[in-house]
Amino acid sequence: MIDFDITPLLPELLLSISAMALLIIGVIRGNHSTVILCWLACAAFAIAACIVLRMPWESHAVLNNMFVIDEFAAFFKILILMGLIASLALSVEYIYLERMARFEYPVLIMLAGVGMLLMVSANNLLSLYMALELQSLSLYILAAFQRSSIKSAEAAIKYFILGALSSGMLLFGISLIYGFTGSIDFNIIRETLSQAQAHSPGVTIGLAFLLAGLAFKISAVPFHMWTPDVYQGAPTSVTAFFAMVPKIAAMGLLLRVLMFTFSPVSGDWMQIVSFLSVASMIVGAFAAIAQDNIKRLIAYSSIGNMGYALIGVVAATPEGAGAVILYLFIYMMMTAGVFAVILCMRREGMMVSQISDLSGLSKNRPVLAYAMAALMFSMSGIPPLAGFFGKLFIFLAAVQQGLFPLVILGVLSSVVSAYYYLRIIKVMFFDEAGEPFDPGMSFEKRAVLFVSVLFILGFIVKPNLVVNSAMSAAKSLSSSNSSDVRSLVD
Amino acid sequence: MMPPILSIMIILPLVCACMITLVRGETGDEPIVEKNVKHIALFGSLFVLAFALFMIANFDKSSADFQFVEKFSWFTLAGLNYHLGVDGISVYFILLSALLTPVCILASWNSVHMRIREYMIAFLVLESLMIGTFSALDTVLFYVFFEGVLIPMFLIIGVWGGPRRIYASFKFFLFTLLGSVLMLIALLALYVKTGTTDIPTLMHATTDLEFQRWIWLAFFASFAVKMPMWPVHTWLPDAHVEAPTAGSVILAGVLLKMGGYGFLRFSLPILPLASMYFAPLVLTLSVIAIIYTSLVALVQEDMKKLIAYSSVAHMGFVTLGIFSFTQQGIDGAIFQMLSHGIISAALFLCVGVVYDRLHTREISRYGGLVKNMPNYATVFMVFMLGSVGLPGTTGFVGEFLTLVGTFQASTTFTALAATGLVLGAAYMLLLYRKVVFGPQVNQDAAEMQDLSRMEKIILIPLAVAVIYYGIFPAAITDKITPSTQELVDHYRLSHQPLSFNEASLDGLRDHKQKEAEGS
Repeated sequence: MIDFDITPLLPELLLSISAMALLIIGVIRGNHSTVILCWLACAAFAIAACIVLRMPWESHAVLNNMFVIDEFAAFFKILILMGLIASLALSVEYIYLERMARFEYPVLIMLAGVGMLLMVSANNLLSLYMALELQSLSLYILAAFQRSSIKSAEAAIKYFILGALSSGMLLFGISLIYGFTGSIDFNIIRETLSQAQAHSPGVTIGLAFLLAGLAFKISAVPFHMWTPDVYQGAPTSVTAFFAMVPKIAAMGLLLRVLMFTFSPVSGDWMQIVSFLSVASMIVGAFAAIAQDNIKRLIAYSSIGNMGYALIGVVAATPEGAGAVILYLFIYMMMTAGVFAVILCMRREGMMVSQISDLSGLSKNRPVLAYAMAALMFSMSGIPPLAGFFGKLFIFLAAVQQGLFPLVILGVLSSVVSAYYYLRIIKVMFFDEAGEPFDPGMSFEKRAVLFVSVLFILGFIVKPNLVVNSAMSAAKSLSSSNSSDVRSLVD
Repeated sequence: MMPPILSIMIILPLVCACMITLVRGETGDEPIVEKNVKHIALFGSLFVLAFALFMIANFDKSSADFQFVEKFSWFTLAGLNYHLGVDGISVYFILLSALLTPVCILASWNSVHMRIREYMIAFLVLESLMIGTFSALDTVLFYVFFEGVLIPMFLIIGVWGGPRRIYASFKFFLFTLLGSVLMLIALLALYVKTGTTDIPTLMHATTDLEFQRWIWLAFFASFAVKMPMWPVHTWLPDAHVEAPTAGSVILAGVLLKMGGYGFLRFSLPILPLASMYFAPLVLTLSVIAIIYTSLVALVQEDMKKLIAYSSVAHMGFVTLGIFSFTQQGIDGAIFQMLSHGIISAALFLCVGVVYDRLHTREISRYGGLVKNMPNYATVFMVFMLGSVGLPGTTGFVGEFLTLVGTFQASTTFTALAATGLVLGAAYMLLLYRKVVFGPQVNQDAAEMQDLSRMEKIILIPLAVAVIYYGIFPAAITDKITPSTQELVDHYRLSHQPLSFNEASLDGLRDHKQKEAEGS
């Protein structure tokens, strides 16, 4: 049976074709066309988002079940596209100031974007791997984009070597799973696993390797080593991109693999994931205390945040998955705002990134300081800001499953992490004013910061649109195309 | 139809805060800008006070039900509601919050000049959150307000505080947060168990003792820190000493009451079985708090620290009264909280008055103030005696009712707690003697000006309130009694099945005995 319906792939196709078109324009017009290319890329992302919004969301698989589109995938795609637009917008001014405005930048981000869109739609172990590698390779290059900087090169090498290792583990896991279930198709694997006799230790080992590979992508402890170094070494605009988007895509992939494909053997992965979750929360909370560099601090904070999100995965219910989606959405909005502020940390044309550089920001740049304070309070989960509701739904899903030890560890580590978020506020508000940053803030940064702060302040007033769509996206995941399976197996 | 008065009181300060951000002026216009900012804040908070008084006037004192109820769907999927309402227990706390905010704004009128705009915004946001805390009838909504209070208070202590403000603000924030997050788990567990976050519904949900115990402990972690009870009170002296005067006023006046209010709103009605189970623990901690912190207060050399420790002791009476589970005890606890809200706030203002002049809070630097500051000595005396609990002041009514209630529950605890009254008199009189009487040791202290007109405007109404409600407490207790009556009845009723079984067993035994005798 040849299944060649490619309409659900329209957003990916659009982005791939525009990436190539941008490349051609770049080659012909040279590096001074970078700004135009960035905005063209943003426009392409926006059009892709519109296409996603317009297309039918009822779950169906195409290309011989390689690719699935459902509400879950659609929601994640919109999330990813929003993140892409925000991170590209934040980059425009930065890449000029740092003299790294080469036309490959938007192209690479776009290719990574294609990879991520495919990731959340992957319905087959091979399309999973392919999509993951497409985005990873683009990310390795982006990390090294500041060619003249040794730190950037170091970050990229570290990222690449460890990334390649994790890809190897992932592939090994995939081969084991294929060997023991006889298929690479998610639906068939699920079907096979639900028959009790097919459940062999080989699958469990394969799953463990698969999880290790994915844990690397979301930087869950103990696969987090690369995160602080890469975040610190990579150009800041790239760090912003890393912090916002790829983790969301990887988490979407993880959710689909665990909650759909491997849901019949949830007992096997729950322990692994709860270990990842606890370790990430604790390391994220305690290691961040000692950091002086704000990019490293954000790296540890993102490790901790992934730990919270994993609590929702452990709950293994549609509510849990919905809470994870909501959490990721809120996390992305907050991170966008935080990086809009960090990118303003420049003195005499040079980027500074020590926490102490923020001292007295409330005197020099009050608006920036208040926005950052709101973001920090939100990150530490203090109501009435949006960050609190993200955590609330995660904890609610876990309490529903009676996961009290996990929840208690979660709230305790959130108190510890509140300490280092408060430290940033302390530096900005309580300490003596330092030298002011270079004045001015580009329109794009203002816009991103404004949207982000408006979101975290206003979430409490109108939460339903976001919460309900996240929850219904999660529901579509567990009820995913089970009807197709029959026809395929027959 | 009633206007949505509670929402108005919550939103109005926020609107004023937004207006303050919009006040602009040319360079050189700073004094005018400052004045406009202060006026917006003052009039905004006075409007809220007017609404609060209007609400008290329209409060139906014959009913124990929630009044001025507003209910809208908030999170549709999880079934959370924006649900507000007041009963006799909460209505006066709202008035207290609305009263103390303009007092704070006036108290900072001439003493705070740094970042006045942010300062006023912080107090207005705080007011909105405090009123929200006392009127929320949905557990998650309550939590949002309850914990949201940390943000403005953290900034108030940290930005406008004293030399060790950073340590104090972090300690305050992290202590309170640690307690609160445990409460969050309890709220979620309650929600999962009963399927609702609606407080009035939760009050009639029945859960087993084992479950209640865990939930109770989590709530206790939060409220005990907020209260604060011994041994988790250590953040309070630090916070008070470092906070600016107005910050101390709000902290002592309103924020400490959130713990007691939490016990009355959650622990007692929702978890009656566990409350009884843990009552001895609470009573013991309360008595330790009363005696220990009173002794600590005796040796303090810093005025604010002394009053801070006295607050812990006074809050000990509150928990004692609440966990006596008697009508008088709970009435007394609420009255004591309101009375302490005014008296301790006023005492901090009194310290602020002399601090503004001499910039020290060390008791030994003062002396003989009665000679050059007779008005100050008089108002200070009223509040000092109120704190001691002299008959004729609100302090007396609160402590007396509390002890009457506790006496019915346990004579031992009452006797021990009563020693706190003696110690309380000792440290307050000692403070007053050293500061107001005695020789004028320091020249600069002897030359201080008496109360300014602004200070009189702030302090005299508070002094009048202390005496008026001390002589005529029924004005307050009449409104709170129906609700506390209902609370106590509900508490007794939830223990009923047990006693009912015993009674029926007794009846059965009697019956058998009679039968045996008959045969």
